[in-house]
Amino acid sequence: METLAMPAINFAAIMPETILSAVAMALLLVNVFVRSEQKAYLGYLSLIGILVTFFPIVAGWNAPVELQSGFNGAVLQDNFSLFFKGIFLVSAALSILISDQYMQREGCNHGELYPLILLATAGMMLMASGTDLMVIFLGLELLSVALYVLAGFNRDKLKSNEAGLKYFLLGAFSTGFLLYGMALTFGATGTTKIAGIAAYVAANPMITGNQMFLVGMLLMGVGFSFKIAAAPFHMWTPDVYEGAPTPMTAFMSVGPKAAGFAAFLRVFMIALPAYKPEWSALLWVLAVLTMTVGNITALFQQDIKRMLAYSSIAHAGYVLVGFVAGNAVGTAGIMFYMLSYAFMNIGAFAIILLVGRKGEPNNNVADYAGFGFKHPLLGLAMSIFLFSLAGIPPAAGFIGKFYIFSGAIQAGYIWLAIIGVLNSAASVYYYLRVMVFMYMKDPVEEFDWLKVTPAHALCLLVAVAGVLIPGIVPGYLLELAQKAVFF
Amino acid sequence: MLEYVWLIPLFPLLGAVFNGLLGKKIKNEAVIGGIATLMIFCSFLVSCGILMQLIGLPAEERVFEKVVFPWIHSGNFKADMAFLVDPLSAIMIMVVTGVGSLIHLYSIGYMHGEEGFYRYFSYLNLFAMSMLLLVLGGNMLVMFIGWEGVGLCSYLLIGYYFHKKSAGDAAKKAFVMNRVGDFGFLIGLFTLYWWLGSNHNVWTINFTEIKAASSLLPYGGVVTIATLCFFVGATGKSAQIPLYTWLPDAMEGPTPVSALIHAATMVTAGVYMIGRMSFVFVKAPDTMMVIAIVGAATAIFAATIGTAQNDIKRVLAYSTVSQLGFMFLAMGVGAFTAGVFHLMTHAFFKACLFLGSGSVIHAMHHALHHAHSHDDPQDMRNMGGLRKAMPITFITFLVSTIAIAGIPGFSGFFSKDEILWQAFANPFHGGLNIFLWGTGAIAACFTAFYMFRLVFMTFFGECRITAKSKDHLHESPLVITIPLMVLGFLAVFGGYVGMPKLLGMLPNYFEHWLEPVFATAQGYAQTYVHAGAHHSHALEWGLMGLSVVIAVIGIAIAYILYIASPSIPARFTATFPALHRAVYNKWYIDELYDFLFINPCKALGSFLWKGFDVLVIDGIVDGVAKVVMGLSGMLKNLQSGYVHNYALSMALGVVVIIAFYIFR
Repeated sequence: METLAMPAINFAAIMPETILSAVAMALLLVNVFVRSEQKAYLGYLSLIGILVTFFPIVAGWNAPVELQSGFNGAVLQDNFSLFFKGIFLVSAALSILISDQYMQREGCNHGELYPLILLATAGMMLMASGTDLMVIFLGLELLSVALYVLAGFNRDKLKSNEAGLKYFLLGAFSTGFLLYGMALTFGATGTTKIAGIAAYVAANPMITGNQMFLVGMLLMGVGFSFKIAAAPFHMWTPDVYEGAPTPMTAFMSVGPKAAGFAAFLRVFMIALPAYKPEWSALLWVLAVLTMTVGNITALFQQDIKRMLAYSSIAHAGYVLVGFVAGNAVGTAGIMFYMLSYAFMNIGAFAIILLVGRKGEPNNNVADYAGFGFKHPLLGLAMSIFLFSLAGIPPAAGFIGKFYIFSGAIQAGYIWLAIIGVLNSAASVYYYLRVMVFMYMKDPVEEFDWLKVTPAHALCLLVAVAGVLIPGIVPGYLLELAQKAVFF
Repeated sequence: MLEYVWLIPLFPLLGAVFNGLLGKKIKNEAVIGGIATLMIFCSFLVSCGILMQLIGLPAEERVFEKVVFPWIHSGNFKADMAFLVDPLSAIMIMVVTGVGSLIHLYSIGYMHGEEGFYRYFSYLNLFAMSMLLLVLGGNMLVMFIGWEGVGLCSYLLIGYYFHKKSAGDAAKKAFVMNRVGDFGFLIGLFTLYWWLGSNHNVWTINFTEIKAASSLLPYGGVVTIATLCFFVGATGKSAQIPLYTWLPDAMEGPTPVSALIHAATMVTAGVYMIGRMSFVFVKAPDTMMVIAIVGAATAIFAATIGTAQNDIKRVLAYSTVSQLGFMFLAMGVGAFTAGVFHLMTHAFFKACLFLGSGSVIHAMHHALHHAHSHDDPQDMRNMGGLRKAMPITFITFLVSTIAIAGIPGFSGFFSKDEILWQAFANPFHGGLNIFLWGTGAIAACFTAFYMFRLVFMTFFGECRITAKSKDHLHESPLVITIPLMVLGFLAVFGGYVGMPKLLGMLPNYFEHWLEPVFATAQGYAQTYVHAGAHHSHALEWGLMGLSVVIAVIGIAIAYILYIASPSIPARFTATFPALHRAVYNKWYIDELYDFLFINPCKALGSFLWKGFDVLVIDGIVDGVAKVVMGLSGMLKNLQSGYVHNYALSMALGVVVIIAFYIFR
């Protein structure tokens, strides 16, 4: 029908994914020749790969449209996806920095860890830049399969096995919903291209009355909600986060969630604006439910990893508030928030990882008694992360939350913003409890087993900077986020 | 000088960072305390320069906004890191840095030898920085950051002696109550922002811009909601009914902290905030009435509790709550100038009283320690006759007490009398005025009573500690007494800048100074208040005389009960045991809150915990335990147990969502 003027293949549009996949495969081969105690070198190599991947991302910023799109419109590397790709790279890099120490300690430093992280990251990138439902699904599967393995990576530990298996079973279950939703959407509109769906709906406005199309939209929403761990599809999160190796918990709690949001946003805002009243009402309810369930349950957790798992559920709720707002401010807020969340959450997990030792995870909040006095700098870093998670200024978490809520207000969702503020006020209590133990209890332990490796220190330093600098001077980052909004 | 306003919060920040990072290594108390004090003193000098420059400008040009850097700009939303200098914030920075410098200096002596000396000064500087951000903030967001910051520092400092469980509990209580208030603040901010934006396309949180747009705001309606939310914020921060119970508990912190944070500065933030947004508040007559009533009720309620406390700091704490009530009463009747005036004089005399009590506790502690006695150094029943041993502390304490009691010629008289007069004569609340005035006047009588009770029990009569301890009672060192003397001087003479017109000896500089700040608010008030009844000078003289008489009566009762015939209080307690118990136990408000809020929350918590944690989480633990027994059991356990449940909940969610949309 149409002439093939458009370049069918444009590798520039998937350059980041290509580099990461190539590095991952190369590392799998190299891994054979690296002795067990030297697996850290694989980590360094993958960090180099990540650094290299930053180049096409920076170079692609504000690229002309014809260079952004590739594979016959199946992917679109616009500013929106580039921003998210940055978030994925940051979370992958920070997680890799803290991996080696933990893996050695727990005796599971298998070299496959790093290629798997890179492949998962490539999957996230495909989700962010996919403009065809099939590409998004492909990215999701690439991400998920890698994550199932990573969650169960400590194969000698039952909890880790349990986490991997649970994640796999429930993930597969939810993927079914997503895929069925995509199929129904395809059935209703005859295309899997996001732009194509939008065009079809614009040409046939009556289609919104078609229940097949409606159910397709809802099922896709459910599938994405599982990925971002929104209530009531959140129940896998605490178990998986608790059981997975700590660096992987850190990784899982940020990157995949951001990827889920990226795809969720693009599909719903571009392909399904016709259903906006329906899905924004649905997401309104989910946002309230997610924030509230996450925060209330977190209040009573004794295990700090579980607490952060519930806290991450609550954070998904805050981000959903920005989604419901559906305007440029809310969307930019989501991007800003996910990036800050990468820094603060992985930073907090980096500290948790340090406090544990082999066989003794020391995950109980009470294990932090007097930590702030024994290790003032680490205590300070942890306090900064907790403050940011709680949304207390001047940390980035506050700016992000404020931005998201003000987006909701501009869109007229004042009650949603109020519920959000209320939730965020309640959440302070459980973050504060950790600080109370760190600074207001006498030390029980000497914490003399703590060893901060240079890589670990670098991770903490970057995370602290990533929390404080955008918190105090958010202007630059907010501007980037605004330029990345696709509408 | 105005250009350099950003230096004011910067100095204490530098001090906090310096001591926080290096203090532990330095260990030298003189260096640590010296740097912290020097930093806040530098801020004081800059503030003086700014005040001088403002005075040099014509009245209508005394507004200056300094954008330090653009902060958040996006579409409609704009918030800069901006400072607003006007007569109101100029007064506040003078009080914060001036009183702050004195209290820093005092702390060097008071905290001598304490563990974590550097930590203390780092927090104290950090507090000063946050407080200065709060008062200088040019928009609500900067103010909010200061607002959160002072709450945090207050939390850290109340919990300074964290080895004591009570200190940790008090810190948590303060933080949680403050968070309730912060929540109100944010909701108010959002409501105002949303209403102005969606109705008039004025998307702003900048004070100057809101002021310019304030004529668009309706009277009542949404403004009432927004201002009530802001007021919830103020009650949390400024310890008003119902969120006041944290302040007396906050006395667990070191005494200079009580003086600086819990008397002179942070707790007045709510009053300041209302003053800063007077042009919004005045458009909500219902809110104004709520503020006035809550203020008056708090004033009298806390004053009654103050009469039965035996811990010297607790008396002062309830006194602070009560005096803050007076300030809110002033704000609620539209007498913004009087409220801010009382804020300032209160900062002088209450800081002096707290520091004086610190000096007494310091001496008592020392004396009791030498005699190996385990009596409570803060309990007034162990004191008595201290005036001979500690003359400077005594005299400064006495003049501040006279000031707070409202004896003419002392600072507290001018400000309190102005508030009472405005409560009586304001045109806002019609028939309520007599009630507001009466409540205030009775509260003033109680104030005079409990303060002189404190002075008599502490400084007069027979010394009630053992002779052995008595020999070790000494006046505190100069580093402690110099701040006392300066504050004592201000407690006497600080009021002369705002002498009532009626007395006519000096022009009321204070009122003229603040006139441009509150002019907009006064303008709005006039459009909905029917011209207030004109009151004669005779009436004003009469009320003034009456309030003096009231104060004297309070003092006289205290004299009779605690000097002339000290047996009466015991007999009174014996005759009315229930009343005394009720007052002594602070009207059982803490217990009531426990019953109403804390216990239900705990019950809900334990329900969720038992229902959810025990069933689901412990279930998993059990499951894992079984897994250990045989790997073969794993799949079964995971599948038939919890994964199944999770999957079921997901499926249910899907069914509910789809059913809702299909059958709606």
